Formats: sequence, structure tokens, C-alpha cells
Amino acid sequence: MKDNAVLEMRNIHKSFPGVRALQGVDFTLRKGEVHALMGENGAGKSTLIKVLTGVYGKDEGNIFMDGIEGPVAIHSPQDAQKVGISTVYQEITLCPNLSVAENMFIGRTSGVGQNWKKMNKDTEKILRSLDIPATATQQLGTCSIAIQQMIAIARAVDMDCKVLILDEPTSSLDEQEVEKLFKLMRDLRSKGVGIVFVTHFLDQVYEICDRITVMRDGQLVGEYVIKDLPRVKLVSKMLGKEMDDMSDIKSEAKTYERKAGEVPVLEAENRVSDAGIKPFNFHIDKGEVNGFTGLLGSGRSECVRALFGADRITGGTIKMKGKSVKITKPLDAMKNGIAYLPEDRKGDGIVGDLSVRDNIILAQQVLKGFMKPFSKAEANKIADEYIKLLSIKTASADTPIKSLSGGNQQKCILARWLFTHPEYLILDEPTRGIDVGTKVDIQKLVLKLASEGMSVTFISSELDEMLRTCSRLVVMRDRKMVGELSGDDLNQSKVMSTIAGGDE
Amino acid sequence: MEKNVKKSDDSIVMRIVRNQMFIPLLALAVLFIFNLIADPSFFKIMATTNNAGNSVLTGNPITILDMGSELAILAIGMTLVTSASGGQDISVGAAVAIAGSVILRVLRGGSTVPVIFAFLLGCVVAALFGAFNGVLVAYFKIQPMIATLILYTAGRSIAAWINNNELPVIIDPKFTYYGGTIPGVPIPTPFFIAVICIIIIGLVLKFTNLRLYTQAVGVNENSSRLNGLNPAFIKVLSFVILGLCVAVVGLIKVSRLSTINYSVVAKDIEMDAILAVALGGNALSGGKFNMASSILGAYVIQFLTTTLYAFKVEAAALPAYKAVVVIVLVVISAPTVRDWFSSLSKKLKVKEVA
Repeated sequence: MKDNAVLEMRNIHKSFPGVRALQGVDFTLRKGEVHALMGENGAGKSTLIKVLTGVYGKDEGNIFMDGIEGPVAIHSPQDAQKVGISTVYQEITLCPNLSVAENMFIGRTSGVGQNWKKMNKDTEKILRSLDIPATATQQLGTCSIAIQQMIAIARAVDMDCKVLILDEPTSSLDEQEVEKLFKLMRDLRSKGVGIVFVTHFLDQVYEICDRITVMRDGQLVGEYVIKDLPRVKLVSKMLGKEMDDMSDIKSEAKTYERKAGEVPVLEAENRVSDAGIKPFNFHIDKGEVNGFTGLLGSGRSECVRALFGADRITGGTIKMKGKSVKITKPLDAMKNGIAYLPEDRKGDGIVGDLSVRDNIILAQQVLKGFMKPFSKAEANKIADEYIKLLSIKTASADTPIKSLSGGNQQKCILARWLFTHPEYLILDEPTRGIDVGTKVDIQKLVLKLASEGMSVTFISSELDEMLRTCSRLVVMRDRKMVGELSGDDLNQSKVMSTIAGGDE
Repeated sequence: MEKNVKKSDDSIVMRIVRNQMFIPLLALAVLFIFNLIADPSFFKIMATTNNAGNSVLTGNPITILDMGSELAILAIGMTLVTSASGGQDISVGAAVAIAGSVILRVLRGGSTVPVIFAFLLGCVVAALFGAFNGVLVAYFKIQPMIATLILYTAGRSIAAWINNNELPVIIDPKFTYYGGTIPGVPIPTPFFIAVICIIIIGLVLKFTNLRLYTQAVGVNENSSRLNGLNPAFIKVLSFVILGLCVAVVGLIKVSRLSTINYSVVAKDIEMDAILAVALGGNALSGGKFNMASSILGAYVIQFLTTTLYAFKVEAAALPAYKAVVVIVLVVISAPTVRDWFSSLSKKLKVKEVA
């Protein structure tokens, strides 16, 4: 083991059917450091953590712990806890209806008897030593989420842990609560605990972490001391684009210029929903392709969902072609000619058990009305038409959509919205998890639709794809709109530095 | 050559087995054959004269048509509730008592109020109680069985309260037609009422989007919402439709005796209605449904009940026998068992190829 290391993972491999989730990943955690584990969707960070905590078994590789001879075997979360690895997840996994003390000691007592007095006294001591503002006999549910989070950490620490994994602990906390949590993390660091910190917030990484390990596509990109890795470099490593070879994919989409006297198709002002984004302004012109970019969790999806009325709208106005409209639910948006292909295809897109035909006609059918169903013949004709148009591979229009491949499912959802003949089409990650051929098809289709006068918002985690299709990019960071790029600014380096922001 | 024949045979068999009507039809066939062997006189139909002096048909098959019709009407509503909410309404029996009590209240004694008025009032009241259940389920996100437990518990008291805890009778002899027979027609009226209900729901399913909307909400609520549907409203609607079915059955029940006994009328009928939906091969967790299959299921359940009665099984012991049917059904449709079957058939196929 390296000097001062408390945990070493060497050459970890893990495959799932069809996916190589981890390919020879190394990870080293030292005593008394906060170590950020960074990566975009599918990078493998959650798989790595699950291997470490015994949720998944590993295919290959070794894990070493300080003070233990030879590789340790971790086959279950209990094993992990025994060797001193504790995890605190984003969602609190404690019991809100029990007292703080009971939560601290649950599952750790032996025998039938229980010395309640001692338990409460011990709990008070721990709470005081970590400066957590709670009492032992208080019911956990009455504490704020941040305090609960801290109690979960206290519980983990008290179980003699050497490695503490914090998996997105801050996503549901406000700024002051985050500050409290950071103070606790600093305390623990000074006591020699090694902390693995998983988060999407760049600001937080640079505020508290000592080191960063970056992963991409199941592989280790590298381990860096925080001082040596400015934000822009971190973003470029996460996205897999070196700053040097940015001899630039330029936008193939023509730079868009509004014609004189034309009003935007959609114009939003101070729009905000309850999904945790800051109010934003946005507009899109006829025939324009625009994109939202930013890291995972930066609020791209939340913005477009706020435009469509998919989340509860808490403020702001929307104008369609200059006229004020009220959009508070998806049906309002649909009636105003907006279509939205959601990010979560399985959860929000397809209606799994229903046929390809029913899935294609659904949105237009809802617009047409309850009393006016398409006849079976009409529905079949429409379905066949779109199956041909988008070359959807399905046995028949009657096949349940869930038995299609991801790409073909996505094409069905696309067909659903094209059939409503929208003026403004929002595509949130239409190309995620689908084959390359279909990806290219969808990009081409977007450009074709725009040339025919449709306005399109195209969101993708792949920057290349966005640069190729969009003529304007809205940049998001930490749930805020932080910039808008078009024309000559539309290149990788500029996009990345805007995403990174901060101390460049 | 022989192998080829066998293969095409297999696919036809598989197609039949995969059809949703297969389970209720199979159950029907089993019951039919069982009775045929055990006691063929089960199927005897006799022409007799009833108390009112009309010639009517009697016998077990007629009983099945008569009593099964009540169940079939309830199965229509229960199918929609199951599909949209992924749960079941267990307050149906109590709601029948309420609807029946409302009708009885209007028509009691020598009242001259038209029956249709009393029936419509029953519909309104039952629909309101349905809406109450629906709102609890859709807006307060209470599990359907728990939400309807409220009315299940309180319903019969409410029914008694509507008639001041009295047991009045309806004097008009014409009122007995709805649950009995119409002079000159030897077949019980409930069967015709069920046929009318089935035609109505058939037309509604054909000429509106009730099927698509209900199924979409039952399969994926999030996605339905993003396609402009209001899932909560559709769930409430399904409970209201079940309420209307309840009112129809309430009318039949009151007509049968010209009065009702609040504490026993339509007792446990909700279990049979739910069983009908399950026997029809519909997933009790919601989503896709087959209405015809549920209705057939309802008559099969009644067939089972009548068979058990014919074999002198005591009324109190009936549920135990039905429980066996439920266990078999639930086990057959459990995902683990299905997986096991499909892997078994795959293995057999592999063997065949080898």
C-alpha cells in the first residue's frame, strides 16, 4: 500500500450483460482527505461505489484496506461495514419515527436487554463531539434533512469507520445546510477519516476536496490534486475532450438570424418550477435549433420541463408568437403546439404494455378529444406511415412497445410527437442509450425539421452532437442559466469554459 | 415430416393458450365436464309457474344466468377500476346496499314515483360514493383497498340510516320485474339488464377513448400525464362508472325481494367481482384489460358457486372452496411461475431442435 493510504482499489473489472461498466479502474484514498469522484452519466462511479460497498460483486481486481493483511473480501454491505467502510446515501436510510439515539444504535446492539440510559448518554456525547445540533431523545423525523444527513454520518463514523462514502449528500440541502455538512466533513478529515465525495456540483468540489479522481466510460481518466486541475480541465476530462485537440467541430447548423419583424415562436420570462431551478429567460425563433448544455444535474431537463409544464410551475410567463399564454400542465403546452420528448424514456416516455400503434397516436388522440377516437383503420394507417417514415423496426403495429429496442422505442415516441405537428419540439436526450445509426438518423431529422420551419430544442450529454446540430447553446451550471453561446463562440473550448465557470 | 406437423400444432396451441380468454374458457370447460360426469341432471331446465302465475324457466343454468348477471355488471366497473388504479374496490357490496336503500326509500309503501326516477337517484348517490373512493385513491394517493375499506365498514350503516333503520316493502307488483321475470318472458330480467349494460360499455369502449386513456394511466401514469392526460381524473372516472354499475345491481337486489336487508344484501359480492376480473386474466396490478374476458369470468364464478351449492356445500364453507380457485389463479399468473413456464418451454424447444 502507498504511504498514508487507507483504501486501495486495484484493477477493478465489472461487467453487466452487454456493458463493461468498469474496466481496470484504480482508486486510492488517503487518511484525512476528501476525495471527489467525478464523472458523467455512465462513467461508472456508482458501480465502483457499489463494488466497494459490497452491493455488487467484482469480476476482477483487489481491494486493500489499511491495517488488514492482503486483499479484503467484501461480499455484502455488512462485510464492508466490518472492514470500516460506511456509506451515506442521498436518500436518508434511517427510520424517521424512531429517536436519534435509537437510530444511532439500531442493528448494533446484542442481546435482549438494552441500557437506554447509556445509549442516550453515548449518543449525546457523539452529537456533541461532532457539534450536531440535535438531542438523543428527539424523534429523527423532526430534524431537518441536513441534520438527518449528519446523524447518518455520525452513525457511520461511530461504527469505527475509516472510509466514509458520501453519495450526493448535498442535492437536497440548501446553502446553509451544505455549509454545516462541510464543517462536519472537515472535522472528520482532521480526525483522519478518508472521505469519498460524489457530487454534481463543481463549486462544492473546489470548496472542500483535496483530490479528484475522474472516470469516463467505465475507465479511470486520472487522479489529480485539486490545485493542479482547474475547472476547465476537469470539465474537459469528464466530457473526454482535451483542450488541445479542440481544433473544433464547428456547428454545421447555419447561424440563425431573426428576420425583421418576426417574433419568437416561444418567449419565456422568469419561468420557474418547483424542481429546484433558478428563474430563467428563454426564447426560440421559427426554424431555429437550440440546445441546453451543462453537466449532469445542472438543470437542463428541469428548464425544458418548466417550459412544457411537466413540473409544477411556480412563476414566470410564456408568450407564443408574441401572445401571452398560460401553460401550467402538459395539455396546455400541447394545445399551444409544444411537444416534449422526455429524458427518461422508460419512466416518462413509453407506455410499456400498450402497442406501438397506441403509443404513436396517444398524444394526438388526447388533443383530438375523449369522444373522438381514431378508428382502428385510421390508427393503423397512421402507425404504418410513421413506422415507414422513421424506419421503426417492429414486428407489427400491434407489438407492445416494451419489446422493441431502445432506439426503436425512442423513434416511436418521436413519431408520437411529430404526429401532433408541433411548432416547437423539445427533445431531451433523444439519443441516450441508443445505437449509433439511430443517433445519426435523429440528428438528421432534427435539421430537416428545422429547415421546414419547426423550432427545436435539442439536449444531449454529448457535446459533439449538440455542436453539430444547434445554432445556439444555453449553458447551465448548478441549476442556473449562466450563459448563451452562438456564432463564433460555438466551439468546444468556449462551451467548456462556460460550463466550468469560476476561477478560470 | 412428423416433426413439422407437431411444430405447427404447437404454435396453434400456444396461440390459444396465450389468448386472454383462455383461462376463463378453460375454467368453464372444467366445470362443465365435471358436472356432466358427476351429475348430468345439473343442467336440467324446467318450465314451471311462479307465484305470480307466469310460466318461467328454472334450473341451475338459469340460476347461473340470473345471479351471474349481477356479477357481470359489477365486473364491468371493477375491470376499469383495476386497470386505472392498479387496485380494487372492496366497498361494492356496501355500496349496493346504499343504492338499494335509496331506491327503496323513494318507492317504499304505495309510492307513485316512477321507478326510473328512483333508479336515477340511486345512480347519483352511488356515483357520488364512487367519486369519494376515487378522490381518496387519485388525489390522496391512498391504496384502493384501504381507501374503500372506509365505505366497506360504514356503507351498510349508511344504508340502514337512509331508511331510518326500518325494513319497508315496495307494494307495486310491477317492481318485481327487474329482479324477477316479466310476464310472458321465461328468462330472468337481470340477464337482459346485464346484456344492456354490456352493450352500453361495448359502445362506450368503441366510440370513446375510455379504453386507451384508462390503460395508459394504468400502465404508466407519468407518461400519461406528459401526453396531456389527467391521471387523477381518469381514476375517479373509473370509480364513478363502477358506482353506476353498483346502482344497477342495487335496483335488481331491491326488486328481487321488494325490500332489502341492509346487513346481508350483496354480502361478499365484491370478492366475486374481483375474482371475475382476475379469472378473466386481467392483471390485478392494473394496465391492459379485456372486458369480455372479465364478463365471462363473472359467469364462470357464478357457475362455480352454483355447482358448489348443487353439491350441498354449505354457504359458510363456500369461501374456502373459492379460496382454492384464487390460489391457483394467483400462482399461475405470478411472474415467477410464468418465467418458470417460459424457461421450461424454451428448454423443451432446445431439446426438440437437438
